[in-house]
Amino acid sequence: MATETDAHSEGGLVFHPLDQFIVKPLFGDGPVSWYTPTNITLWMGLAVLAIFLVFVVGSRGRAIIPTRMQSIGELIYGFIYKMVEDVTGKDGVKYFPYIMTLFVFILFANYLALLPMSYSATSMIAVTAVLGFGVFICVTILGFVLHGTKFLGLFWMKDAPAILRPVIAIIEVISYFVRPVSHSIRLAGNIMAGHAVIKVFAGFAAKTLVSPVAIMGIVAIYGLEVLVAGIQAYVFTILTCVYLKDALHPAH
Amino acid sequence: MATQTTEIAVGACVDAGGSALGMPQLCADWMGNQVAWLVVSLIVIYLILSRIALPRIGAVLAERSGTITNDIAAAEELKQKAVEAEAAYEQALADARIQAAAIVAEAKAEIQVDLDVELAKADAKISARAAEGEKAITAIREGAVKSVTAVAKDTAKELVSALGGSADAKTITAAVSARMKG
Repeated sequence: MATETDAHSEGGLVFHPLDQFIVKPLFGDGPVSWYTPTNITLWMGLAVLAIFLVFVVGSRGRAIIPTRMQSIGELIYGFIYKMVEDVTGKDGVKYFPYIMTLFVFILFANYLALLPMSYSATSMIAVTAVLGFGVFICVTILGFVLHGTKFLGLFWMKDAPAILRPVIAIIEVISYFVRPVSHSIRLAGNIMAGHAVIKVFAGFAAKTLVSPVAIMGIVAIYGLEVLVAGIQAYVFTILTCVYLKDALHPAH
Repeated sequence: MATQTTEIAVGACVDAGGSALGMPQLCADWMGNQVAWLVVSLIVIYLILSRIALPRIGAVLAERSGTITNDIAAAEELKQKAVEAEAAYEQALADARIQAAAIVAEAKAEIQVDLDVELAKADAKISARAAEGEKAITAIREGAVKSVTAVAKDTAKELVSALGGSADAKTITAAVSARMKG
């Protein structure tokens, strides 16, 4: 029984805010190898399904006057297309499908993770690291393929004073290599922290005395997380566009 | 792919109670699974988007903007036509007005000519009649004066003879004539 003495004594409260991130096999209790269908598989699959529903089923009418679902698809399409065009320029538009893939995956994974009992795939550092380093490696290779050694001009400020140029180059190189780390940790950290905080508040909600406050806290953090889910998808995508722009136009 | 060593799978990251040991995010045993399914998901999403969704939505958007452009152009054209039709109507109206004014002026002129002729005829008739009348009046007036003179002379003779006087006709006539002049 949760009595008031329990509520006051810290020992009565047991939090496992990180248990929600445990990877479990969907069938049975066996070991998790790389091909095992797990809860990650399920929620990534649901994200894929949701994307399919919005973008393929929603637009199946190809209507001049769009239905609601088609409008959502068109809105996201137009938003990302304009972002790619504005940030990278006309020659970046051919990379639009890749950037769109990243954006919709992160967006749908983030929002599906806000459902109760769901699993947050984008809170896993391994997932976001693959995304972040994937972008980093692709963009770097693209820069060298398009510009050869001129791509290194990205690190060599021609308009800086000659003495400062080596120093700036070192700083630029370091910041360039930090990019994928910050890119991936930003996303995973935001999503994980938000979900963990919700779980902590939920733990307090079990105690009668503080449960109103705790539930208010859950509502408030949930509202914040709704914003964070969209904003982090946007930030990840626009940073990808910025890195792509550096690869396409390395001259400052 | 890096870290799946299946022997230590369960137990390394989860304690006996089923709770996480440390951060599940950092559990190396699970990373291979996450990465593998992420890659699968991304490839599926990429194929869905690039093969089906994006070309379709792009085509719909292009078609819509094309339709809108065409509609606007058609509307412009129709508006232009309406303006032209209005101008033509105004022109026709103005021409009709001018023509009507010309017809009215012509008719007025014709009427004026006829009127002038008739007036002249009427004037001539009136003046002829007036002259005749004048002549008749003059004749009558002269006739009357003669008659009055004759009557006065006769009356004077009769009066003189009646009063017992005798006077010759010449004297009486002269006297009467002098009186009548006065």
